[in-house]
Amino acid sequence: MANMAQAIRMALHYAEENLGVTDIFGEDVGAPLGGVFTAIQGLKTAWNTPLDERGIIGMAMGLAMGGARPVAEIQFCDYIYNTIDLLKLAGNTCWASIGQWNLPMVVMTPVGSGIRGSLYHSHSFDATATHIPGWKIVMPSNPLDAYGLMISACREKNPVMYLKPKALLRIKGEAPIPGEPGDDKQLSKMIDAPLGDRSKWRAQWPDLTAYAVPIGKARIARPGGQLTVVSYGRTLPLCVKAAETTGLDAEVIDLRSLWPYDWECIKESVKKTGRVLYVNEDTEVTNFGEHLVRRTVDELFYELMAPPRLLAGKFVPGIGLADALEMASVPQLGDISEAMQKLAAEAP
Amino acid sequence: MAPRERKLKAVPAGPLVTHSDELPLDKKLLLQMHELMVKTRVLEERLIAMYKSGHGYFWIGGPGEEAFNVPLGLLIKKGRGPAFDFLHFHYRQSGTLLAMGEDPINSLRQMKNTATDPYSGGRNFAGHFSKRDWNIVPVSSPIEVQYAMAPGTALVQKRHGGDGITIVTGGDAGTAEGDFASCLIWSSRPGNELPVLIIVTNNRWGISTSYNTQQSAARLSDRGVAFQMRTKTIDGNDPISAYLELKEAMEYVRTERKPYLVEANVSRLFGHSSASGANYVKEEVDCITQFEERLEEQGLLSKKDAQAVREKWNEQIADMARAVKDEPQPDPATIFDHTFASEET
Ligand SMILES: Cc1ncc(C[n+]2csc(CCOP(=O)(O)OP(=O)(O)O)c2C)c(N)n1
Repeated sequence: MANMAQAIRMALHYAEENLGVTDIFGEDVGAPLGGVFTAIQGLKTAWNTPLDERGIIGMAMGLAMGGARPVAEIQFCDYIYNTIDLLKLAGNTCWASIGQWNLPMVVMTPVGSGIRGSLYHSHSFDATATHIPGWKIVMPSNPLDAYGLMISACREKNPVMYLKPKALLRIKGEAPIPGEPGDDKQLSKMIDAPLGDRSKWRAQWPDLTAYAVPIGKARIARPGGQLTVVSYGRTLPLCVKAAETTGLDAEVIDLRSLWPYDWECIKESVKKTGRVLYVNEDTEVTNFGEHLVRRTVDELFYELMAPPRLLAGKFVPGIGLADALEMASVPQLGDISEAMQKLAAEAP
Repeated sequence: MAPRERKLKAVPAGPLVTHSDELPLDKKLLLQMHELMVKTRVLEERLIAMYKSGHGYFWIGGPGEEAFNVPLGLLIKKGRGPAFDFLHFHYRQSGTLLAMGEDPINSLRQMKNTATDPYSGGRNFAGHFSKRDWNIVPVSSPIEVQYAMAPGTALVQKRHGGDGITIVTGGDAGTAEGDFASCLIWSSRPGNELPVLIIVTNNRWGISTSYNTQQSAARLSDRGVAFQMRTKTIDGNDPISAYLELKEAMEYVRTERKPYLVEANVSRLFGHSSASGANYVKEEVDCITQFEERLEEQGLLSKKDAQAVREKWNEQIADMARAVKDEPQPDPATIFDHTFASEET
């Protein structure tokens, strides 16, 4: 099975060929590297930019205004912060011009911990991104969704923030991308750039399809009746694993889209279980999960058997390099299992 | 310790036309420019009056820049899509819009934040234009962001071919922002030079901070030199010089498909905005008075003619202001409208 980096690459290839994507650009995304996580290797419209994040976002906005369809990369979300006012501007351009101008553009950026990246390669961006109206925000947790969400993002008329959980980029999927060859070695030979001289290398793309995951639609990753766990990105597979190892009958929802998000799916599940735990790894103060907790209280209070809970990253200035520091800063399997057990056992 | 004000005088633009010469543009164009300059001034004065009498919350605009903004508007290739010029403006561009043929009533609507304001539906400040049919991208308040976007539309135009170019404007103080440097870098990548006319209107002020206390470049246009760009500092208070210089710069960008940086020295005649009072400043060159004197010298326009032009627009724009008074305010139920473009648009 393809890993997430390969899945994104294949979706981008499909989008260049079939969805009108004109430019895939960012720092080191063109030849020879194809992106620091290799998710952009071999793509015909990929090009290297100056090392200038504001320039990258500005270029994406200008291209979109001009009628092109750009996919821009910010190399690590840790470096997207100096573009915030441009992201706000991209988010308000349609609104400010009462619908005259819309920006069909995708910004993708690797997020989160998991590679021992220390202060500036471990940041999350979901809490900040969800503070910027006018963007659609997606975050896959497996290769098939990564593919399908990218297809939808490249069809959008509005700006889409595509958050790539960097800890999962090398993890292989459980379900194939429609069109990918059954043999992983063969896939690698076809689409992974070789080591050494790449100047003559061209990707051999499999025959791909427009498999799309609609933006705004969650996925029940594991059905259950005892409690609901809602997550996305790196922590999602950990939630599934925690459900399996604790033996709890937990329903795990992969949100996939943070804006718009699938409230109906959460609501149905919480009505059934009466208990809900939100899990993500961004810092916990003014965290997106806090919004979900608030909405749960507002709309589902009388369905609840226990207070809605949030397990998120610690509100610390950075994630320290040492293993013990990273583990203590963002939710790990043990933390999630423990939070689920507590919630399942909670009684007035 | 307070920074000492450096006595650095504005570098005068190279003389393209001298005052004693016969004017190098034909009479019809000269009078057209004059009328548009007056019309723009009258519009701005009306906007200020509306602000001062409680018919608007904030005023910012372009009085003092008419001699530059009007010729710019006359030279723009107006239309929609990459075959036409893309316009990334700041908030002092009313003269350019009027020269392009825009109806001044729409500025009054935006000042009064009516639902009929075609630029922003009552959502944004005066002077924050947006007009997709003419490739005018929404003017926004954050200083200099338009310089980061301009290379994007220019790249589309370079690929498209033809002679459509991207034009970006902003003030001198804003060039201290990184987005100005981004524009220079992205417009001049080796082998990927872009058709952008990069304009800085230098009125030598931020809000209350003078250029001389913050930036040491004698000419802002020199900043383009490091990027192998053609550059020029021009007299933006003289519409004839502005017209000829802009024409030359635009022809270069249209045919060579490469960037050109123009710095235009201009006046700021009513201060920064309503926040600083919006009162007429006597100490700066008034481009309209100066132009009228020249036209009179050449026997092209009498004082009486000039007065008649002013009165005509005073009356017409006052009528428009009366009409706008009764137009509806936006419906509060619409606050979420256009957050996203719908699939049908
Ligand atoms: C990023 C940003 N910082 C500060 C402001 C507040 N502000 C509005 S206009 C202005 C001065 C701009 O001066 P300049 O760029 O020379 O343009 P001018 O208004 O003189 O034409 C400032 C500081 C702003 N709008 N945006």
